Amino acid sequence: MNEVYRYFLIFLGALLVYNILLIRFIALCPLIGVSTQVETSIGMAMSVLFVMTMSTAASWVAWNYVLTPLHVGQFLYIPVFILIIASLVQFTEMVIKKTSPPLYRAMGIYLPLITTNCAVLAAATEAVKPGFLKLNVVYNFSLPEALIYTIGVAAGFGLVIVLFACIRERLETAPIPHSFRGAPIAFIIAALMSLAFMGFANLLGL
Amino acid sequence: MEERNSSFWLEFRKGFILENPLMVLMVGLCAALAISNRFENGIFMGIAVTFVLVFSNMIIAAIRKGIPDEIRIPIFIVIIASFVTIVDLSMKAYFPAVYSRLGVWIPLIVVNCIILARAEGYAYTHTVWHSIADGLGMGAGYTCVVLFMGFIRELLGTGKLVVFNKTVISLGGYGHYAPSIFILFPGAFLTFACLLALLNRYNARKTDE
Repeated sequence: MNEVYRYFLIFLGALLVYNILLIRFIALCPLIGVSTQVETSIGMAMSVLFVMTMSTAASWVAWNYVLTPLHVGQFLYIPVFILIIASLVQFTEMVIKKTSPPLYRAMGIYLPLITTNCAVLAAATEAVKPGFLKLNVVYNFSLPEALIYTIGVAAGFGLVIVLFACIRERLETAPIPHSFRGAPIAFIIAALMSLAFMGFANLLGL
Repeated sequence: MEERNSSFWLEFRKGFILENPLMVLMVGLCAALAISNRFENGIFMGIAVTFVLVFSNMIIAAIRKGIPDEIRIPIFIVIIASFVTIVDLSMKAYFPAVYSRLGVWIPLIVVNCIILARAEGYAYTHTVWHSIADGLGMGAGYTCVVLFMGFIRELLGTGKLVVFNKTVISLGGYGHYAPSIFILFPGAFLTFACLLALLNRYNARKTDE
């Protein structure tokens, strides 16, 4: 299998076939909580993409050059990764605040939330720790593969959250049975979208 | 002591019913939906979450006076991560089959919003005793919802209920035609949506009366 095709498969797998929100249920809280407007969803998706890529890169380096040589990976990876993510989020927040105030105002509130966004920790864990991922293409990611994978995961997150927000905006004016208003109908939509995404199973043999 | 016990019970009940983390606060949904495809998973996940909740609440409440306000979140996370690591490693050692099924969800308890929310919103400002009660109540509330969802999904999706390799309930012929969508991903969303709608209806009726 040539290199480019392999990257393509990893990306596609993370984006559609193993979509982080609808197929693997990771990071549902922002899906239900944030996705009421398209604009805020785009802001959230961009910040997740940014933080996730940086944290996976940092975790990959930490796993391969610090934790594994010292043989402490098995029991220290959770605190180490979460600290990397928390400090990266803090750092990103400070940098954006200094360099681009408009961008900070646009995504300021979401940044702290990302620390506890399970998607970031999940992507970091899966990209470096072989065995969690069921993709049969690769088992032990190299750094570029880990990054491609993470970008795929973040793009999948963004795709779904923006689509979801579009549907929810239309729902504002729809006549919904009283008991189903608010969160329940959001979950019904998620169920239908999840059904649609199941159609991607076995795409290109993934 | 009498008064102390009743307030313990009150805190416990609050997490269990009034502020049920999944149905009312709607935090920590991801893991709950993902692992509730089997009744048995709910048992283990419930125990794991309750364990981490109780102990992290206890430790945070005990040292809350010594935690500087500015760096409390990293401190909470490190405390929570230590307990999650304990669960992670013990489950891997004693229940490898369950561990492989729950997979990434055990490390993800660290970022489970329930636990951080309780640390920040409750344990940081309350006594050790009350925090333990809160942790137990929240854990029990979580476990109940996960078990209930697992019960519905496994029964509807496979036609039988298997706990520890023993078939507890079997629906007989229904099993041949069972819609497996209930144990797949969309089923989780559907079941949870219906549960929420039922709760909404119940609440609406109560306010009408």
